[in-house]
Amino acid sequence: MLRIEKVYKTFNPGTINEKRVLKGLSLHLNPSDFVTVIGGNGAGKSTTLNMIAGVHVPDAGNIILDGVDITGMPEYERAKYLGRVFQDPMMGTAANMEIQENLALAFRRGEKRGLRWGISKEEKIKYTEALKILDLGLETRLTSKVGLLSGGQRQALTLLMATLQRPKLLLLDEHTAALDPKTANKVLEITEHIVESNKLTALMVTHNMKNAIQYGNRLIMMHEGKIIYDVSGEEKKNLKVADLLAKFESASGGEFANDRMILS
Amino acid sequence: MNLLLAILGAMSQGLFWAILAFGIYITFRILNFADMTCEGSFATGGSVCALLVAGFNWNPFLSLIVATLAGMAAGAITGLLHTKLKIPSILAGILTMISLYSINLRIMGQSNTPFLRDKSTIITLIKDLLPPAKELGMKDSTLQILVVIVLGVLFSALMIGFLYWFFGTEMGCAIRATGNNEAMVRAQGGNTNKYIIIGLVVSNGLIALSGALVAQSQGYADVTMGVGAIVIGLASIIIGEVIFHKKISFAHKLIAIIVGSIIYRIIIALVLHIGLDTSDLKLLTAVVVAIALSIPVLRKKKVVVIQEEE
Repeated sequence: MLRIEKVYKTFNPGTINEKRVLKGLSLHLNPSDFVTVIGGNGAGKSTTLNMIAGVHVPDAGNIILDGVDITGMPEYERAKYLGRVFQDPMMGTAANMEIQENLALAFRRGEKRGLRWGISKEEKIKYTEALKILDLGLETRLTSKVGLLSGGQRQALTLLMATLQRPKLLLLDEHTAALDPKTANKVLEITEHIVESNKLTALMVTHNMKNAIQYGNRLIMMHEGKIIYDVSGEEKKNLKVADLLAKFESASGGEFANDRMILS
Repeated sequence: MNLLLAILGAMSQGLFWAILAFGIYITFRILNFADMTCEGSFATGGSVCALLVAGFNWNPFLSLIVATLAGMAAGAITGLLHTKLKIPSILAGILTMISLYSINLRIMGQSNTPFLRDKSTIITLIKDLLPPAKELGMKDSTLQILVVIVLGVLFSALMIGFLYWFFGTEMGCAIRATGNNEAMVRAQGGNTNKYIIIGLVVSNGLIALSGALVAQSQGYADVTMGVGAIVIGLASIIIGEVIFHKKISFAHKLIAIIVGSIIYRIIIALVLHIGLDTSDLKLLTAVVVAIALSIPVLRKKKVVVIQEEE
């Protein structure tokens, strides 16, 4: 489904702030893979997702999605293949617009936006049904402004928007990191439900090792711009947080597991 | 009676200027783009209209269309400067605005062009269809003002209809979302550069139309007629917002802008009536905007004080 081939990325090349983030990253995803991605700060997790999404263009290497080379395709153009949920709950939605208007924008992902009316009556029924899945009571608030929703509600809505048009690949960039633990679990449950019921291929970056083990069928660990551990199937199911910590430490010489990872 | 006439006159002006405020509302409020092009495109609308009507004997209604197109072109230039050449929004607008000053002089060939002939504006065209003022039992100047008011209501109602429709379409929704959150629009497959340009084109088209209407109603186009247009437009928007508060529907917001624009003109008329000079108007406008902007802040402070007492 997704093939990342030897991708390199350096930020601020030739300056004192030069940062080589990805150093020949390669990754292959099979259809319906639900992959969790862990790694320390600066490991290149978010950069990888942004590279797939088109926010950054690789210095070298190729990104091929379902047979289409998207390496240099503009962000808005490749968006038709991708569903994205960001870490910041503010980033995925338009605050001054209604819930149904946000959904209508997402429903037209990958399509031409012309001078037809922005939302049709049939759509509203469809959105009400879709919102019921979230079980947050949003189905009765179609005309509420998104800015009035809580962070968790906004993330759940963004998730729905990302999957309203079935994406070839769903990118989740620490989408529960800004939420309180209870809300984070709720959003993760919704995520799992949506991914599994639609048989989506998904990449989920997380700092929470328990979640990384609990969700998905495959887990990869990144360190300094490379994948250092890739595990799936039974082996992944039987993983313990302690195993991952040990992996981290052996890969990084001990300084790797920061407080945030141990505590979460 | 004099004062009443002055207020009626203010109303007639306010309606034409409200269309400028609509344009500024699109960029400043909907698109979140501080567009300075408006000072130039307003005068461009007037200049193009004056050239066509006074210079080429065009029908004044037809000239409005060309004036609008000229404003749209100006908006497109600012949009291209900002999106393709990555020039910051304010500077992109200023560059277009300043170049339009020269362009407007070129268009008219002079700094001021009057509409000399009798039947040369939309107002005189309509007036000629009516019986003379004397038969209607009023002064000619009163009839003139009434015609302007009717035309003003007509044009602003048309524009409200257009904007309500446009910002309800798929494209209009995408433009509104671009003003809210560009990253989100790109993630949903929207080309934000395109939407910024379209927003600027529509905005400056309206502004140029307003310039053409104002030029026709005052009887001349002047190369400096756009100076301070931003502040006047913002004043109308803010006065409308202060009066109606913010939580109203889009169509009502546009009506609030018209009311704001008329109130602004009435304030100016009253102050002139008291005896201030027209040269003080720019200062006065700035003061009006500053006061209108500070009202919400002062209101909030009051609330805070009450809460603390509790």
